[in-house]
Amino acid sequence: MYSSETVADLVQQHQVHRDIYTSPAVYRLEMQNLYRNAWVFVGHDSQVAKKGDYYTTQIGDQPVIMVRHSDNAVYVLYNRCPHKGTKIAIDREGNTGKFFRCPYHAWSFKTNGCLLAIPLKKGYEGTGLDRTESAKGLKPVGAVTNYRGFIFARLAETGISFEDFFGDSLSSLDNMVDRSPAGRLEVAGPPLRYMHKCNWKMLVENQTDTCHPMVAHESSAGTAVKIWEEMGNPEPRPMAMQIIAPFMSPYEFFEEMGIRTWPNGHGHTGVHHSIHSDYSAIPGYWDAMVESYGEERAKEILGENRHNTVYFPNIMIKGPIQQLRNFIPLAADRTLVESWIYRLVDAPDMLLARTAMYNRMINAPTSIVGHDDLEMYERAQEGLAADGLDWVNIQRLWQGEEDFSEEAVENGTTERQMRNQFDAWVKFMAPQPADPQQMAQVKAAE
Amino acid sequence: MTPSHADLIDFIYAEARMLDEGRYDEWLALWMPEGIYWMPLDYKQKDPDLVTSLMHEDQFMLRLRVERLNGQRTFSQKPKSRCHHVIQRPFVDLHDPDANRYVTNTSMHYVETRLDEQFLLALTATHELVVADGALRIANKKVELLNSDAAFGNIQLLP
Repeated sequence: MYSSETVADLVQQHQVHRDIYTSPAVYRLEMQNLYRNAWVFVGHDSQVAKKGDYYTTQIGDQPVIMVRHSDNAVYVLYNRCPHKGTKIAIDREGNTGKFFRCPYHAWSFKTNGCLLAIPLKKGYEGTGLDRTESAKGLKPVGAVTNYRGFIFARLAETGISFEDFFGDSLSSLDNMVDRSPAGRLEVAGPPLRYMHKCNWKMLVENQTDTCHPMVAHESSAGTAVKIWEEMGNPEPRPMAMQIIAPFMSPYEFFEEMGIRTWPNGHGHTGVHHSIHSDYSAIPGYWDAMVESYGEERAKEILGENRHNTVYFPNIMIKGPIQQLRNFIPLAADRTLVESWIYRLVDAPDMLLARTAMYNRMINAPTSIVGHDDLEMYERAQEGLAADGLDWVNIQRLWQGEEDFSEEAVENGTTERQMRNQFDAWVKFMAPQPADPQQMAQVKAAE
Repeated sequence: MTPSHADLIDFIYAEARMLDEGRYDEWLALWMPEGIYWMPLDYKQKDPDLVTSLMHEDQFMLRLRVERLNGQRTFSQKPKSRCHHVIQRPFVDLHDPDANRYVTNTSMHYVETRLDEQFLLALTATHELVVADGALRIANKKVELLNSDAAFGNIQLLP
């Protein structure tokens, strides 16, 4: 129904066609092109702290293993035995020692993927096995970058570089990591895993949707404010109130917070302030930061209060509370959301306690805030079946032709970041330039 | 008052029935002011608050959760969910009147439904109970889901 050539017709500047969210054909093209061409988050290197540690996940619909090799580098390999296709690792994490061993026929591989041994190897003598893909071992993905502990991968062998893809948007990741007096984060426990019967892009768009909190979350944040008033507004307010009350901030608060967009679909809310600005100070933290960075630099780091930073295509980070949410697309109408938290190395535990509280209060399947978000997404997924209207509107504060190749800062209620995402979506949905290596192989075979 | 084993067991059954019948004001009144409802995220999780839990809620958060259920603009509860606990006879793991501490361990099947969807959770609830003002009260409650590390959709009521 759709091809790489026609799929761009689904995006106009101020609206997108509903098939973008509902069509299995569009989803397949996203997996084949977008999730191949873009740099996609895989995990954090503290999840595989020791040599031989591995973690299994997926990039788009591709099963992969993230593993720490003997050279201490982190590799990302397809989780598929080159012999019969068996997944090499099935548990979510573990330590495999010096090599992986397939449980089916005992082919073994070094932790960088190279084939180590095949039992009864004489059976392949003279068969030409050495000229096949199977003899190369576990196939690595196209490219991997470890950016300050965060592992990103590009499935395609060739394409845009990590630096060109992310550009200045890396300032948000930098700020999250710089908040550690040691300049280092460590993963804190397993992620929340929350299943959504909706398209993954609805979740990504919602990260910079600043006109929904006071509406969709009135039932939770509004009720919290009301109960607190009934209690006589006692001070100091506990962490839970500091976290939830700002969701009820008026439109002006969100208008003034500002939205910044970067090229390739990245952007963030909270340029000037955010819902994370007024958390109370944690004893001992400021002193530790000044010790590490000096007063001026420490002030600069903690003066940033970016709200949600979207890294296109499918993650969001919250720098001030060290949270990362991964919106993993499972089908056109199915998305697994993993919400991770990180410990600021050498910072007081109370910061991590606040982060863990935020994660469970706002993003858990048991969260009174998450409940209403999921309700909105799933109602939208069902509503889009309606034949009466084909287009979904993303027009707020649109003023005609927009140039997404330049960084921009605008009113915090604009839907520019959603339009920015779709601009990048069209760009990376295009078939990538043919791989010179593959072309050479095809030629040789002919 | 020194509660018998039977008193403790009756209390657990009565609490589950309150939740199933949505008698939340009565349920909140069962709690001690410092009581925490804890639902771990990881299997055999030890640390309640420096890693993520599914729930780790004090009396303010539980009151908020319960009041939200009745709000006019609680969209995820239009229509409302219903729930059902089937519980096995509780074990009394600790019966210590001198210390005023009682601990029970109860296996349950919890069913929650809304519209055409229904799901089942198997869980173990650990209740720490005390006697206060002549009645049993919940000092703390831990709910361990058998599949706490699985991916869930909304779990909206109280397992």
